[in-house]
Amino acid sequence: MFEYAPAPESRSVVDIKPAYGLFVDGTFVDPVDGGSFKSINPASEEVLAEIAEGGAQDVDRAVRAARTAYEKVWGPMPGRDRAKYLFRIARIIQERSRELAVLESLDNGKPIKESRDVDIPLVAAHFFYYAGWADKLPYAGFGPDPKPLGVAAQVIPWNFPLLMLAWKIAPALAAGNTVVLKPAETTPLTALLFAEICQQADLPAGVVNIVTGAGETGRALVEHPGVDKVAFTGSTEVGRAIARAVAGTRKKLTLELGGKAANIVFDDAPIDQAVEGIVNGIFFNQGHVCCAGSRLLIQESVADRVLESLKRRMAQLRVGDPLDKNTDIGAINSAAQLARIRELSDAGSAEGAERWSPPCELPERGFWFAPTIFTGVTQAHRIAREEIFGPVLSVLTFRTPAEAVEKANNTPYGLSAGIWTDKGSRILWMADRLRAGVVWANTFNKFDPTSPFGGYKESGYGREGGRHGLEAYLNV
Amino acid sequence: MSERVAVRKTYKLFIGGKFPRSESGRSYLVQDANVSLASRKDARDAVVAARAAVKGWAGATAYNRGQILYRAAEMLEGRREQFVALGVPGDEVDAAVDRWVWYAGWSDKLAQVYGGANPVAGPYFNLSAPEPTGVVAVVAPERPALLGLVSVIAPAIVTGNTVVVATSPTEPLAAVTLAEVLATSDLPGGVVNLLTGRITETAPTLAAHMDVNAIDLTGVTDAELAADLEVKAAANLKRVLRPAPADHDWFADPGLGRMTTLLETKTVWHPKGV
Amino acid sequence: MTATATSARSDLSELGRSETALRTFLHGLPGVDQVGAEQRAAQLGTRSIKTTAKAEAIDLAIRMVDLTTLEGADTPGKVRALATKALRPDPADPSCPHVGAVCVYPAMVPYVAEVLRGSAVHLASVATAFPSGQAPLEVKLADTRAAVEAGADEIDMVINRGAFLAGRYSEVYDEIVATKEACGDAHLKVILETGELATYDNVRRASWLAMLAGGDFIKTSTGKVPVAATPPVTLVMLEAVRDFRAATGRQVGVKPAGGIRTTKDAIKYLVMVNETVGPDWLDPDWFRFGASSLLNDLLMQRTKLTTGVYSGPDYFTLD
Repeated sequence: MFEYAPAPESRSVVDIKPAYGLFVDGTFVDPVDGGSFKSINPASEEVLAEIAEGGAQDVDRAVRAARTAYEKVWGPMPGRDRAKYLFRIARIIQERSRELAVLESLDNGKPIKESRDVDIPLVAAHFFYYAGWADKLPYAGFGPDPKPLGVAAQVIPWNFPLLMLAWKIAPALAAGNTVVLKPAETTPLTALLFAEICQQADLPAGVVNIVTGAGETGRALVEHPGVDKVAFTGSTEVGRAIARAVAGTRKKLTLELGGKAANIVFDDAPIDQAVEGIVNGIFFNQGHVCCAGSRLLIQESVADRVLESLKRRMAQLRVGDPLDKNTDIGAINSAAQLARIRELSDAGSAEGAERWSPPCELPERGFWFAPTIFTGVTQAHRIAREEIFGPVLSVLTFRTPAEAVEKANNTPYGLSAGIWTDKGSRILWMADRLRAGVVWANTFNKFDPTSPFGGYKESGYGREGGRHGLEAYLNV
Repeated sequence: MSERVAVRKTYKLFIGGKFPRSESGRSYLVQDANVSLASRKDARDAVVAARAAVKGWAGATAYNRGQILYRAAEMLEGRREQFVALGVPGDEVDAAVDRWVWYAGWSDKLAQVYGGANPVAGPYFNLSAPEPTGVVAVVAPERPALLGLVSVIAPAIVTGNTVVVATSPTEPLAAVTLAEVLATSDLPGGVVNLLTGRITETAPTLAAHMDVNAIDLTGVTDAELAADLEVKAAANLKRVLRPAPADHDWFADPGLGRMTTLLETKTVWHPKGV
Repeated sequence: MTATATSARSDLSELGRSETALRTFLHGLPGVDQVGAEQRAAQLGTRSIKTTAKAEAIDLAIRMVDLTTLEGADTPGKVRALATKALRPDPADPSCPHVGAVCVYPAMVPYVAEVLRGSAVHLASVATAFPSGQAPLEVKLADTRAAVEAGADEIDMVINRGAFLAGRYSEVYDEIVATKEACGDAHLKVILETGELATYDNVRRASWLAMLAGGDFIKTSTGKVPVAATPPVTLVMLEAVRDFRAATGRQVGVKPAGGIRTTKDAIKYLVMVNETVGPDWLDPDWFRFGASSLLNDLLMQRTKLTTGVYSGPDYFTLD
């Protein structure tokens, strides 16, 4: 047996302060009412830092700082200069990428190989891409003189903390807006390091403000009358509440919400790559991915074969220390999320689906969940309908392409879908019929700053990435 | 010799390509005519008809949809005098005809302007293309009754959506007459459905309906009602077009916004390999 | 499941009898998506193998080396020196294992045999008009028999790529069957020359064809064309031997050859073996590296691990 020795990435590259304030108007400040909360490492439950909890007054201060920066500095600044600030930020992110990757894995629990090879490179790429748009907005197809909206309120989730920050801040700033961003309460650290990067880049004060806190802080931000734009990524439930909150206001809204994507495997699929795609689709980032391929639809004629390969492949997944370079599946982000995954998985068993996990030793401390598949699942099972947001795959079968489409679309969500077949015309036929914003054919979970991403139906509206991503931050 | 007794017209709803009376049996007197007073159940039936029409209409070729919208322009041009007789100014009818023509041309061009290939950093074919969102509920502007109506219907349907429209409550005759134009324009039944009556009765039903994908609040003038409809629309995260400002110029270039708000962008990835 | 496997077994044994059956079978194998396969191989290459794992991997890799010289300029003196090195790769360290085999041209086999006699190091010889395979079948079989008679216990044959690419699968199949027969007790490694097969689909089909015809090993390359072994090609071949064993119960070995020069590369391949086919193949009987300069790099890295000091090429023999 070939045992891989531990290969931990050094955490000494990152210097975590014992406590962080709010980043408002270019400096770190204490919250008005002095509240705070702790951010912990989900792999060890160790406290990483004490984080300021922003209240309504702090949000107000941040929005006013953003307004002043918008009116006095960032709005009037020529696009070519805004571009240069964004390019600077992109470069600093590249230079400090190892530090950001380690910090992301510590705070979030995701494997270092993902934060290092996926998250942080995409963050830098995103800033680099939108930097180039800042002085080319008249050519973006939104008329000769598109205008920014003003102050953008942005609330992001914990699954890709810095990447979601990049998806929000880069296009907003490129278009000429200023922002107040609230990171998720369980993963604020890379956003706060990003605030330092803004300082390092000499970004004018007030252009980017980071207000940490939980749901109440987010609500205060979204409901603040001084914001012109609200952008949210997170659960459909909260997205709905935000849509109600902005009803009747002038605030432009974009939402990137939940999903329950079908990953459809036909009998003529390239099986080995399909199995990789299935694994990547549901176990990437512990399944904490809104576009995760959480419903596997296999054509009946190859179901046994695909499942056998999938199980064999799952047995190779290495669960454990997120900082170990060989870890494939890290920690579940929080105790609350772990409880939800357990609850839905138990419901799957209770409803009669057959549960399977490879033999896998989980660490004692921290929040862990073994990669799991359920077979014998039908559309009626809760695990086939509700977003689990964890490393849990529901397996269903189908007989014909039409049945695959029908089952794939039979959900209120519509974020993504996967198709695996060697037949080109079938891919295009399927892609036309799937009600999903992103369709990955013979691949899965691929992202690029040039490629628009976003959902149909209850997965939200608006697109992030590409030329389309600018529209959310322009008055068009 | 007695003067000929004129045959008067009955103004009815337009649902699924047919002209039914309101299931409630109600009508109201407006513009010197009895017009059907649509109920919540009529709104429900209209949504069913609109949903049933989505597959065929969204699946039709863009060329075909363009031809049908252009046909609507031809038919409207031919009935110019009929609208003038209803009190619609001649230049408004002309502008409405031109609007059909303008939108008709977008059917097979918008995907090229609004979608395209994305140069991703990897060996992938990556294409984004717009698709219709599905069933769109529309509150048409109160006036201009004809141009306003055409200006909200055409951008919604040209891309493949189907619509359920709450028409101008005070000037519904142009709407019902437009339905006759559409009924003779090769437009498949159910693509456009028109509900005459009170906005306050039909719009909340449409806003809350879970099988409606988007709502266009253009014609809602009461800010409180607009906010309430938007709140209802959040139940299934409908795409929302907010009310038009009171001074909106309906004769001006409409831009792409009405079309694009009612579209979904779908991005397809595929590896490039041998 | 067992019933399926059994019926699959009897089916496969009949395939070679008909060109149509062979073609239908080979073209019915699942396709390989190039981008996906290459990404998987690259991903496996990011595993970090350190300390104890690295030490074990290096010794295993040394045991898997088919120490090779296939030059027109080879002489008895040259191959004797190579064979001596195969037995004791690091004369300064008796704990260093011997390599898997020495691989030479048929004419050099007798000289190597003298050195290796009585040792556990195998003696491999390329045959069948290596590297092009462009000779009459009779000549290729005579080549094979001569190498075996001279003392080779492993034969590395080349397939007829021209026939394969032209779709004449039976011809390729029959040649392998005939060569296997000519091998007698010697193990047959079938070189697919993947650099000339153009697609991974072809690599998978050629792998199955070679296994169906009785090959004991499938090998990537001759080392004589510009593209030799690559991680994705080896991945596809490993998937083939894995699936072949599942279908027939017979285990076939894999030998990437050419282009593998560093310890880092070798370890990537071992990781790939480990995670694709598992420990059953992590043995010189089932996985080999066809290489020459790789051995010295393995030895240098081995010394670094034991002494903590980076070594240099002057401290290892150049044979």
